[in-house]
Amino acid sequence: MCTNCGCNGGKRYRVQGDGFSADHAPAGETVIVDVHRTLLFDNDQQAARNRQRLTKHNITAINLMSSPGSGKTTLLECTIDELLSRYHIAVIEGDLETENDARRIRAKGVEAVQITTGNACHLDATMVDSALQQLDLEQIDLLFIENVGNLVCPASFDLGQHRNVTLLSTTEGDDKPEKYPLIFRASDLLLISKIDLLPLLDEFDLQCATDSFASVAADTPLLPLSAKRGDGVAQWLAWLNDTHQHLQRSS
Amino acid sequence: MHELSLCRGMLQQVTRIAEAHHAIAINAIRLHIGPLAGVEVALLERAFPLVSRGTIAEHAALEVTRSVVTIYCRKCGNKCEPKRLLICNSCHNSVTQLLSGDEMRIENIVLKKRDQTGHVH
Repeated sequence: MCTNCGCNGGKRYRVQGDGFSADHAPAGETVIVDVHRTLLFDNDQQAARNRQRLTKHNITAINLMSSPGSGKTTLLECTIDELLSRYHIAVIEGDLETENDARRIRAKGVEAVQITTGNACHLDATMVDSALQQLDLEQIDLLFIENVGNLVCPASFDLGQHRNVTLLSTTEGDDKPEKYPLIFRASDLLLISKIDLLPLLDEFDLQCATDSFASVAADTPLLPLSAKRGDGVAQWLAWLNDTHQHLQRSS
Repeated sequence: MHELSLCRGMLQQVTRIAEAHHAIAINAIRLHIGPLAGVEVALLERAFPLVSRGTIAEHAALEVTRSVVTIYCRKCGNKCEPKRLLICNSCHNSVTQLLSGDEMRIENIVLKKRDQTGHVH
């Protein structure tokens, strides 16, 4: 036994969490510290701070996720055209390289902060925090975060958004939800984009896509949409409006 | 591809804990990772030596326990490990709730303690 503190040598010391000191373990011994925390603990903490900050400013933040080329930026352009008279909108653009998407948004008269992630395949809460510092939050009602085009990594990283919207375009496989269950499960709304192309695409079956999505996220609404032709846009805007009103009432 | 950032996040956490406990080394890091966590364990294991080089966790063993997917069926109340996706084995309904399988958790870490003056064993 340790003559100083009375702790028992010769066995392994197990302590709870990181708030407790394991100093009583004898020198050279090992101590097991129970952690029980997600690998993403630090990111989740930052995301919670982001969400708190956005909510405090009555901002509704929407995280848009999809494969590259599914029409996120086109959807945003169309959304801005329809909603700019009613809401103050800002966009955070995530891309590996270039400011091209941010330029397209700015051309619509909306403030856009570009995050170029370099090699990172997703946005994280710290990147969004630094983008938020470049925006005047007092002036924003709706904030869109256009995530890096990728169906794998963005699903794991909470950014502080209020809702996740995932796009699946008709030019992709209609079994994508089953192939990438994580991202589709994390969605609050699925948009099937580019449905104006359906007559040209034998391979994409809307019913198969709907069934595939239901098998991983049965309770989540799904909306077929064409930002170009306008199908489904009214319902998308209504969803945005309802979501914003709902969050305003509950904050 | 995001295993590198996950690994960095993990290392930051365990380093803070090790320092708070005045450890001289981290001997082991024990993780529980589910199939729906979006984590490729092999990539995580490959990323770990790169990220931990020169840190207190450099020689730590990364011990990964793979957990299984379990669901609760909201239609029939069955709990099961689904054979297909998140679909109930008994009533084949997909309105189910995930009970486990998406976790990427640090269970515990094993620390090696520093020699302390004044302790006689």
